[in-house]
Amino acid sequence: MTSQAVNMREIEPSGPPMRVTQGGIVRRYPQLTISPAILAALLAGWWLACNILGAPAYVLPPPQEVLQATVRGLSRAPWDVAGYWYHAGITLWEALAGFALGSALGAFLGLILSHWPILGRSSYPYIVGFQSLPKVALAPLMVVWFGFGLEGKVFITAIITFFPVLVNMMAGYQAVEPERIELARSCNASERHLLTKIIIPSCLPFLFAGLGVASVLSIIGAVVGEFVGARAGLGMLLMQYNQSMEIAPLFSIILLLAIIGFLMNHAIGLIERRYCFWAQRSRVAART
Amino acid sequence: MEGFIRKSPCLREPMGHASAIAASLRAGVGHAVALIRARGLLKTYPTASSGEVTALQNLDFEIFDGEFVSVVGQSGCGKSTLLKLLAGLLPATTGTVELNGKPLYGPSSEAAVVFQSPVLLPWRTVLDNVLLPIEFRGLARSRYRASALELLEMVGLRDFAQRYPFELSGGMQQRAALVRALVQDPRLLLMDEPFGALDAMTRELMNIELLRIWSQSRKTVLFITHSIAEAIFLSDRVIAMTPRPGSIADIITIDLPRPRDLSIINTERFGHYVAYLRPLLDAKGGIS
Repeated sequence: MTSQAVNMREIEPSGPPMRVTQGGIVRRYPQLTISPAILAALLAGWWLACNILGAPAYVLPPPQEVLQATVRGLSRAPWDVAGYWYHAGITLWEALAGFALGSALGAFLGLILSHWPILGRSSYPYIVGFQSLPKVALAPLMVVWFGFGLEGKVFITAIITFFPVLVNMMAGYQAVEPERIELARSCNASERHLLTKIIIPSCLPFLFAGLGVASVLSIIGAVVGEFVGARAGLGMLLMQYNQSMEIAPLFSIILLLAIIGFLMNHAIGLIERRYCFWAQRSRVAART
Repeated sequence: MEGFIRKSPCLREPMGHASAIAASLRAGVGHAVALIRARGLLKTYPTASSGEVTALQNLDFEIFDGEFVSVVGQSGCGKSTLLKLLAGLLPATTGTVELNGKPLYGPSSEAAVVFQSPVLLPWRTVLDNVLLPIEFRGLARSRYRASALELLEMVGLRDFAQRYPFELSGGMQQRAALVRALVQDPRLLLMDEPFGALDAMTRELMNIELLRIWSQSRKTVLFITHSIAEAIFLSDRVIAMTPRPGSIADIITIDLPRPRDLSIINTERFGHYVAYLRPLLDAKGGIS
């Protein structure tokens, strides 16, 4: 009977156990071998384009200049307005606050609108209409409503992150296996138990997919909000460097934004692995 | 052969040995007590195009306390609909179901359902899955923990109590689902083709195991299957259903000694039951 149990090693994401014993280090750890190699190739291409092919520095600044600008910006104290940390902190705060607000509301409404179909069906045209609106078009309005402070940026980020979470939550609700609901009904489960013990946990894989998208979009929201008018933040810094044609620091801000987006997405992935570990394992087990 | 098959138009006639004895002992005066009494059951479903389709019609039968009764029929003959009516998961269009003398209006705490698929929640351990109905019914988990572990021991899953469903084979998952039904200590077990998804070998093992568990726990079982052999092997009585719309072709008493093992399948008597039942399941008149 013990042999019937699925071997834990077989469902590790690194692939079937045969590969683990056979393949070399490259096959086993592509993220530690091939990924750095791609980075090195990109940097080499960049360096070649600037120093050998002679791309002008105001179009493509050489990597060493971008590195210098980055080091200069990051070597300042976090409260120094002339450094990167201060502005990165502002942008990150706007993104996180907007993300928290927007995704919480999206998850909640997604659940409510699915669970009570009358609400869902009656509000559906408005959701679709608002969804097809390019949300960044609202950014100038934020300045009118909220001024140059942080609230407008948080608001636009919340609107942008709201939809992917809402849509995924609704898709997750639709995907709850009807047998699970039938099981709960056959045991006379209360509505509250049905939601908390069956439906919400069943939706978690979809919710996390939505949160992953929203985490990346939240940086876009904060930066676009800063573009149209702000006193601080990486988006504001980006506009400043653009107007003064300081292309090397502009590149380092872009890099910084990419890193922040990557880290936020990674953080969501870590939380997902903690609370949703069963989803991938169940899929793998079903295939074997 | 006609004399060999004991039809039971009058349901007070003797049943299989064990259940007849058990039933008469409980009734005290030799009259078996009907745990389930179905009268004139009719179920129609609305169709997308026009009107309605009849899934079940003219169903009259009784199931006695401690009995093992199978319902056998082709796929699409309304077997699963019948189970849902008896579980209180679907309302009958006309007709009544009485459980233990009381009309059934919804899921009862006296009946537990085992579904076609195990329907184990992947984020819960086996033990937590087994205790789920206890939570749904608002009972204290701590009071049922010991009996849950005892039941897991009985089906050979004691060592897997803290494992997750994806670490179990299909047969083990279905055994866990059986324990989840038994932990509620129901009088009636409703089983909807519980072994249909398992391979033939595992299925035979599960049948033997089910009989062992049934003889220990003395529950009343209604077992839905499309396998004639499975129905005969397990049951005291077999309800044969005609194809759509499903109605009762015949109810026969299986007069085979208990405890049964697989060798009984090769007996002449077993073959007679199969030969009698097979034409009943085809279109009216028994011409296939």
